[in-house]
Amino acid sequence: MRFCAYCEGVKLTESEETIIGTSVPRKEGRDKVTGAARYVDDIRLPGMLYGATVRSKIARGKIKRISFSPEIDWNEYVIATAKDVPGKNCIALILDDQPCLVDGVINHPEEPVVLIAHPDKHALAKAVEGVVIESDPLPAIYSMEGSEKQSEIIWGTDNIFKSFLIEKGDVDRVWAEADFIVEGEYFTGAQEHLYIENNGMIAVFDSVAGVTVWGSLQCPFYVHKALMALCGLPEEKIRVVQLETGGAFGGKEEYPSMIAGHASILAMKSGRPVKIVYDRLEDMVATTKRHPSRTRHRTALRKDGKILGGEIDFTIDGGAYATLSSVVLSRGTIHAGGPYLWPSVRIRSKAVATNTPPHGAFRGFGAPQSLFAMERHMDRIAKIVGLSPVEIRRRNFLQPGQTTTTEQVIREPINLSDLLDKSLAHASYKAKKENFARENKTSSIKKGMGIAAFLHGAGFTGSGERYLDSVVGMEGTADGSVRILVSSTEFGQGTNTVLCQIAAEALGIPYESVTIAQADTTIVPNSGPTVASRTAMIVGNLVRSAAIGLKQTLQLDGTLKKTFKPAEFGAACRKYVAEKGLLRSLARYNSPEGVYWDDVTYKGEAYAAYAWAVYVAEVSVDLTTYAAKVENFVALQEIGKVLHPVLAEGQIIGGIAQAIGLALYEKVLWQNGRMLNGQMTNYIMPASCDLPPIRVVFEEIGNPHGAYGAKGIGELPMDGPAPAILNAIVDALGVPFDSIPLLPEDILEAITRRVQSRQQITSPQESPC
Amino acid sequence: MRANPTEYELVAPGTLQEALALHASEPGSWLPIAGGTDLMVLYAAGRLQSRKLISIAALRELRNIEVASAEVRVGAGCTYTDLRQHPVITKEFPLLARAAAWTGGIANQNRGTLGGNIANASPAGDSLPVLLAYDADLILVSASGERRIPYRTFHTGYKKTLLAPDELIHSICMPRNLSGYKCYARKVGARNAQAISKVFLAAMVRISNATIKDIRLAAGSVGPVPIRLAGTERALAGQPINDSLLELAGKVMAEEIQPIDDIRSTAGYRTVVLRNLLGEFLQSLPGARFAS
Ligand SMILES: Cc1cc2nc3c(=O)[nH]c(=O)nc-3n(C[C@H](O)[C@H](O)[C@H](O)COP(=O)(O)OP(=O)(O)OC[C@H]3O[C@@H](n4cnc5c(N)ncnc54)[C@H](O)[C@@H]3O)c2cc1C
Repeated sequence: MRFCAYCEGVKLTESEETIIGTSVPRKEGRDKVTGAARYVDDIRLPGMLYGATVRSKIARGKIKRISFSPEIDWNEYVIATAKDVPGKNCIALILDDQPCLVDGVINHPEEPVVLIAHPDKHALAKAVEGVVIESDPLPAIYSMEGSEKQSEIIWGTDNIFKSFLIEKGDVDRVWAEADFIVEGEYFTGAQEHLYIENNGMIAVFDSVAGVTVWGSLQCPFYVHKALMALCGLPEEKIRVVQLETGGAFGGKEEYPSMIAGHASILAMKSGRPVKIVYDRLEDMVATTKRHPSRTRHRTALRKDGKILGGEIDFTIDGGAYATLSSVVLSRGTIHAGGPYLWPSVRIRSKAVATNTPPHGAFRGFGAPQSLFAMERHMDRIAKIVGLSPVEIRRRNFLQPGQTTTTEQVIREPINLSDLLDKSLAHASYKAKKENFARENKTSSIKKGMGIAAFLHGAGFTGSGERYLDSVVGMEGTADGSVRILVSSTEFGQGTNTVLCQIAAEALGIPYESVTIAQADTTIVPNSGPTVASRTAMIVGNLVRSAAIGLKQTLQLDGTLKKTFKPAEFGAACRKYVAEKGLLRSLARYNSPEGVYWDDVTYKGEAYAAYAWAVYVAEVSVDLTTYAAKVENFVALQEIGKVLHPVLAEGQIIGGIAQAIGLALYEKVLWQNGRMLNGQMTNYIMPASCDLPPIRVVFEEIGNPHGAYGAKGIGELPMDGPAPAILNAIVDALGVPFDSIPLLPEDILEAITRRVQSRQQITSPQESPC
Repeated sequence: MRANPTEYELVAPGTLQEALALHASEPGSWLPIAGGTDLMVLYAAGRLQSRKLISIAALRELRNIEVASAEVRVGAGCTYTDLRQHPVITKEFPLLARAAAWTGGIANQNRGTLGGNIANASPAGDSLPVLLAYDADLILVSASGERRIPYRTFHTGYKKTLLAPDELIHSICMPRNLSGYKCYARKVGARNAQAISKVFLAAMVRISNATIKDIRLAAGSVGPVPIRLAGTERALAGQPINDSLLELAGKVMAEEIQPIDDIRSTAGYRTVVLRNLLGEFLQSLPGARFAS
């Protein structure tokens, strides 16, 4: 283990560390590869019905009448509407504003209105068409600008779900001192998650046991909370079990509560098990997407390129209901200043309502949006100040001892300039820039280099982890193995594997001797939701504590010696269980000492740890087709400690691929609040042949708050690629681009506009890029 | 899956004759299904109107590639994989082999057929401009006989063709002896694989004495049907290769295409990029020195 002095304190293991830092096989890998893994659509229960959802076709309006086509024998179907909701008709989350089934007023297209179920799943599609919802349309809002104008109030009193203000220093004074004032406006689009497995749930109701749901989901206790309210049942009468989940990316954070609710309502009404599985079209048009955003920057700079201060205005489109927008906004707001020192800054942000399906959690959670703006803006600043993109960043990087926009002191010995230099060296940045400048003069393929420097906070924001109050359990079993009990879920990212590694390491036993329980709310304690890059770092640390607790229980009891061989540990477990019964240890989250956060002023320690990164993109634009292609990519990041090299690299590469989609390919086409291109032929995600060679480089300086020094990395790689790529395109073409996704059609349009404006001699001013 | 399988009937006759007889028994009510790579997409979306399907996927009669001295006859049931693996196709009709390689992914190429691509009649079908450039003929069969038509007359409007309700496409005939031609094709899609074309250009040219003797240009996704750019061809034929060619051709070309804005791209983009592709092709001709 290579730990710097800063993290010496966390080297607590007595045993040789052989498991942490090695690429052990995935726990569930064998089942996935052999097809033995069971997903929700593989499961069929006796007497099961299949459910389907009838959705609104309009964006906003009052329902007049719901009629049922006489061509269909409705006696065969179970039908449920808002009237059939046993408890409170809402999806309990942060604000309880989203109905589970529309009761009178439609607020977005594809909003669930009626549920139907039938024993034959093929009998559903036609029946869905046979339900006619007649309504009086109301004026709807489809854009952030429309929402801000408040010509219609569609939510609350002002169409604003949430707003934040961060203030540091006195930004009003800097404008007079500034040598340069640089302004820019940046946009990011919606993005679909495109997990391989579509959403799905099975619900069973029993008047004694209550409701049980099995499904594809990230956060069992979110679903649990939502079902309690919806079904009007007490805690112990709701059971949520996660099945093998084929990808999530945040897309299975909040929406599964909706589907679980629908399946439960049908199950309670029919008394039979009900399965609802979305097809791709329904999943794409009806479930959540990444929040579209608009960021405005106004920055005051000194002649030497040092930031004096600035104003940042960050707005996201939340869709029709509050759902998670306030927290997405929070993270985006805190990340808006990037990894730079702002002597003074004012960040205003808001999440506004529109009549589209609610936007939701998606890998990065607001940070990719505001960091896109920050990193494009840095290049614009560089151009105006007359420095290189490298130098402008170097002069403004945060350094240990300095404070972030929320006045969090950087305590770790991070050296961003050093990360930048290493990253540039890996990318052969200087040589390539020189070559491209020469070659671009004669080639119809223009090449460019772009960089992005950024940070990503791991764990819940501010006091969030304290409120979560996560608990992890661990059991020694009768066969001598150890079982981890967490509600943290595996959905491809490696939760099972990494948590088992941590437990094995902490106990000094083989990785194979540790298993992880299925995430079943009747068995596992609430270790919090599997989101926010918190699992390896925060839950991992609790797993380690629970392991130590388990070991101490055996040692205090005398069953286990102070030093022991793995086999002796197994024997001790067996003996203890045989003689005394349950061998279990629990660990509860303790917020680190001296951590201060003020929810009102948004000041203090926003995150227990930040991962830091500098990414470099090499891009070509073919002027025959105007297609931009990422040719090479270097991703260098400091992530505390690499627990599992293969999984860590996989997270980074996968995130970059997804972010290349966000930057250059994936465009949701909206028509009156509804996604038009809900098919993978028309919503273009990059395929393997569109991806560049990606070089992943890790730096490790440890993290006293994370398991074995780990920081969260799941979301980090989503933040940097888009701005690095756009910066590279700007470098290649000399035309500014500030909006993603950037499609070939947009590049053509910008080039045509520039040619035209050059021809008009009266307007020689070119916008800076 | 939004369709109800119990509402569909599928028969798989053992011979072409039986298939044609069934087809003739109720003309227009049986829909042939070959690889199903177009039809099953409609089916899954619950949009396949025809309820009666004749599977022609296993008909051996439709899967031959016959090499005669003057032409090659490709059975309509040949898959993209068949085309990519056939030595005469890859050698003498490289544009067809390339279009096959650009169509969907491997799984799709193992099932999708050339006849299906033609009969499906999408303006974005990738083999279609290539067949136009190769001056292909189609042999259409029915229970009452067969007829041979030039492929360029086959598409009569958006998704409209000369195929009679009781007919099948039997084979596609391409004249050989193209050795004097230089050829070009480029597909522009939204990604490098598994993409539907936004623009496609197939081009062939014979040059002697630095003059264009014969030129064939065919484009996809720039109108309701894949088209030969006949006006552009006329404008270029007989021209010496010089730097005004593209300007000359580009204008005529812009007038004979009818691109639209749709879910995949814009009319403006299609027009400019088609012109750029033509420029790229002309630029590649021996003796060309003009800027594109
Ligand atoms: C994932 C995917 C990717 C794709 N990518 C591409 C692509 O890149 N480029 C492209 O051009 N296409 C693409 N396609 C479309 C499709 O694969 C092609 O059009 C293919 O050639 C269709 O052939 P088929 O045999 O599968 O047709 P089918 O689906 O069986 O039939 C299509 C139509 O042709 C008719 N038909 C079939 N054979 C005959 C015949 N012998 N005589 C008369 N009528 C007939 C059918 O009645 C039907 O109307 C893609 C499809 C999928 C699913």
